[in-house]
Amino acid sequence: MASPLDPHAAIVTEAGGLDATLTTADGTPLKRALARASRKSRWRAFLLVLPLLAFIVITFVVPIGQMLHRSVYNDGFAANMPQISGWFAETEPGTVPDDAAFAALSADLQAAAEARTIGIVGTRINYEMPGTRSLFTSTGRKVRGGVEPPYREALLEIDGKWGEPELWASMRNSSTAYTGSFYLASLDRTRDTNGDIVQVNENRRVYIMLFMRTLWLSALVTVMTFLLGFPIAHLLATLPLRRSNLLMILVLLPFWTSLLVRTTSWMVLLQQQGVVNDLLIWMGAIDESGRLKMMYNQIGSIIAMTHILLPFMILPLYSVMRTINPSYVRAAKSLGATSWTAFRRIYFPQTLPGLGAGALLVFILAVGYYITPALVGGASGQLISNMIAEHMTGTLNWSMAAALAAILLAGVLILYWIYDRLVGIDNLKLG
Amino acid sequence: MALPKYATPLERVWHWTYLVICALIFFFLIAPIVVIIPLSFNADRFFTFTDEMLAFDPAGYSMRWYDSLMTFGMAQPEGPRGASWFADMWANAKWVNAAKNSIIIGVCSTVLATVLGTLAALGLSRPEMPFRRLIMALLISPMIVPLIITATGLFFFYSSACVPQGSWAHTLLSPVLSKSGCLANTYLGVILAHATLGIPFVIITVTATLVGFDQSLNRAAASLGANPRTTFFRVTMPLILPGVISGALFAFVTSFDEVVAVLFIAGPDQMTIPRQMWIGIREQLSPAILAVATLLVVFSIALLVTVELLRRRSERIRGVTPA
Repeated sequence: MASPLDPHAAIVTEAGGLDATLTTADGTPLKRALARASRKSRWRAFLLVLPLLAFIVITFVVPIGQMLHRSVYNDGFAANMPQISGWFAETEPGTVPDDAAFAALSADLQAAAEARTIGIVGTRINYEMPGTRSLFTSTGRKVRGGVEPPYREALLEIDGKWGEPELWASMRNSSTAYTGSFYLASLDRTRDTNGDIVQVNENRRVYIMLFMRTLWLSALVTVMTFLLGFPIAHLLATLPLRRSNLLMILVLLPFWTSLLVRTTSWMVLLQQQGVVNDLLIWMGAIDESGRLKMMYNQIGSIIAMTHILLPFMILPLYSVMRTINPSYVRAAKSLGATSWTAFRRIYFPQTLPGLGAGALLVFILAVGYYITPALVGGASGQLISNMIAEHMTGTLNWSMAAALAAILLAGVLILYWIYDRLVGIDNLKLG
Repeated sequence: MALPKYATPLERVWHWTYLVICALIFFFLIAPIVVIIPLSFNADRFFTFTDEMLAFDPAGYSMRWYDSLMTFGMAQPEGPRGASWFADMWANAKWVNAAKNSIIIGVCSTVLATVLGTLAALGLSRPEMPFRRLIMALLISPMIVPLIITATGLFFFYSSACVPQGSWAHTLLSPVLSKSGCLANTYLGVILAHATLGIPFVIITVTATLVGFDQSLNRAAASLGANPRTTFFRVTMPLILPGVISGALFAFVTSFDEVVAVLFIAGPDQMTIPRQMWIGIREQLSPAILAVATLLVVFSIALLVTVELLRRRSERIRGVTPA
């Protein structure tokens, strides 16, 4: 194997002189040879990862980047109404539209109507000010043949709404392709006629409420999984391995069962004519008229999500509890601590790493839950993910969906970063 | 868990209370999965135990919902069950088609995820890997980022990244792309998305296997004259194979159970089992859904047993004794 040219073949120490350097057989300084060799092995390791890295960048990073771009970019108005967009660019927010503005507007409306893009324009303004899409389409039909000056009077005659300052503020907000208005809308804010940021009307404030509900429900589910998961993990960790492995199957089976299957079973169990209600009636806890409504509301979401996410709490807790030395608790008791004190002061603090890992994982997964709330949540159990889906498939306001998704993504990434700092991704275990 | 002989009465009471609590929690974990199995044999259109079922009257049970899985969507479900009936079922039955699609998409995305993921895991577990932590975080992130966000991003990407019609690439790729040359509404699109979602599982299981891997085995093989390829296939691969298979099973289950991305990026042709279930649950919840769910539970039990056996085998051949 070793030829005289192989730099690793032999290391020769030149003993002559004070500034002696270590060299390899072919005379390169050892330092440089080592650097070259380790660079080579770094490249070799990197080349193994490279195909997957490229794959993930294309199928994951680029799509999410595109989504983020979409959240600040919507040229529905700017591209189809160039003249009035130009007027907005030149004037200050709050400027009362003059004759030039109305002339530009009617020219744009006419051009958009002829190019059949007026619907796109109307849809864009509709996002800012609901109920205005029809104003654009109906005006478009009337101006297609041409508008006679004076333009202001002509447009106001078609519909008085064209004089409303709110409409002009909405058009100004939409007049640039790059806009932060979808993020403002995600926080229930908008720009008023003077260009100041204000809260939207009370009946339109939904998003902050939804974000808060998502956080609250996720926190609640995390606490529930902790309360149910802790005793189980403790039992599994203290039983002899043979028996705990058997019981572990009861934890892993739900983990491996399809999410839709588990959600379906909860629907079957919780519905008003379902098994749980029948059981309660049979036991005499409730009567026929008092059947509990446990589905299509928050209770359904909480129960099903707790069940589905419970293994994610049990598994990290279990792996930490397995490593806890039982002699510490025994030592505490021998020093006079009661069982409760020994648990509270000695055992529980040692489980905190597992608890942190489990709680963070459950919370991260709960914040982004979509399927279960959509199926069992009803109106009051909908989370922010369901609103994103609604904007993607229902209202087709894709920029709004992207902005909401971006805020959710930012939150999840912060939690992920904390998880990596506290727990380390390497310690993520499956089963 | 046994109580010491000197336990006080209070400790004894607490101990038994604790065991009862644990039993209840285990019941909470398992009961919802078990309860759908008898209900799927219900003779009526109900989701609850009928009186006949509770009396163990055979008339209360039937296979009709399992049968409906085959006949639903067929052109002539009533005909005699001969060769033409089976041909009809194979071609038209909705659940059969969904199963076929799920298996095609699952297998392809699993192969893709396993090959790429195993290679990457080998690189990531070398100590000299640059930016190891950052890259690892990026490769695991598809598991952490909410599915709805990934699906939204893929929706934009698949409908915008299109091969121009008439170009050489379009001619070459037209069998796997949609008519307009995009990835939206294609099998390839769903396969790529599911591979992305399965990759974190492969990376996690394979790197976990490599943690206990003795690098001197590779050096020993090299010193005996094996080239890197032989070393990999004859020494490394057999040792990490249990981890690779576990990862592949995780990736397959991820694809087999995935519905959000499919809802967003797949067309009507890519009807998978979860999507068919989703439609069934949202539109008319019939006990046929429970029959599918039961079959899926049996399937997941089989997978769980396989993974558990693999884990034990991996521990045995690597000489790791259970703690």
